[in-house]
Amino acid sequence: MIEQYLPVFVVLGFAALFGIAVVISSTLFGPQRPDPEKSSTYESGMTPVGSTKERVSVKYYLIAMFFIIFDIEVIFVYPWAVQFKKLFGEFGISVFISMFIFLVVLELGYLYAYKKGGFRWD
Amino acid sequence: MNIYDAIFYLFAVVTGLSAFFVVTTRNIVYAAFFLLFTFFGVAGIYVLLGADFIAIVQLIIYVGGILILLLFGVMLTNKITSVQIKTGTLQIVPAAVGVGLFAGFLIAVLTYTEWKTVDTALPLTTTEFLGVMLLQEYLVVFELLGILLLIALIGAASIARR
Repeated sequence: MIEQYLPVFVVLGFAALFGIAVVISSTLFGPQRPDPEKSSTYESGMTPVGSTKERVSVKYYLIAMFFIIFDIEVIFVYPWAVQFKKLFGEFGISVFISMFIFLVVLELGYLYAYKKGGFRWD
Repeated sequence: MNIYDAIFYLFAVVTGLSAFFVVTTRNIVYAAFFLLFTFFGVAGIYVLLGADFIAIVQLIIYVGGILILLLFGVMLTNKITSVQIKTGTLQIVPAAVGVGLFAGFLIAVLTYTEWKTVDTALPLTTTEFLGVMLLQEYLVVFELLGILLLIALIGAASIARR
């Protein structure tokens, strides 16, 4: 069964190799003539303002929490989706309906969060 | 040492080393990023154990979700990155004795336990089996899970938007 993961390992290997190769080759072959202007933080050509260590708004945290909940929802959709064809052949439309109910229940929560203004920014 | 062992040790080293850096680094943002590699290594070990669904859950929930919450937690907190860590090292001898005793105890348990090994072959994939179980035997539990998640969602929304 471990052979099934060969493509995953190949992708991981290439990703790691590429990341390392790019960093090493740019330090090896790139000319290094730093000046204060070049060494400053690149911010799309603007002069950097303030520190990066600022507090971010708590609203981001709310969005992240909603994300986690829908993340967990996706986890339960995943085994269902893997077996959908086989189960659909066996039980017909009820397979679809049972997942639909699960999703609708969560969409109710989404609507609540929306109505409550969880996604409003101001 | 076959390829299986080699992959196991690769992931074990990734997990162990990054966990070590999580504990030792002074920058809490770096610690959070090293935690990413720890979670990832654990996911790899789950794959080697034949628990492919758990591995996916580990990747999606922990690497993709919990870690983001952790990073936001760091970023929401005022001046946490420039805080002076004032923890000093004290009572080295009692600490070493305590840790050594506990480690010895753990090693003893590890060596003297008769670990049960399974002769039967591992299931090819667990996800398909889980999908069938979720929609047949545990359908009610599955729908109740939806309601549980709904409660969590409503709770998060109402607490945060007071």
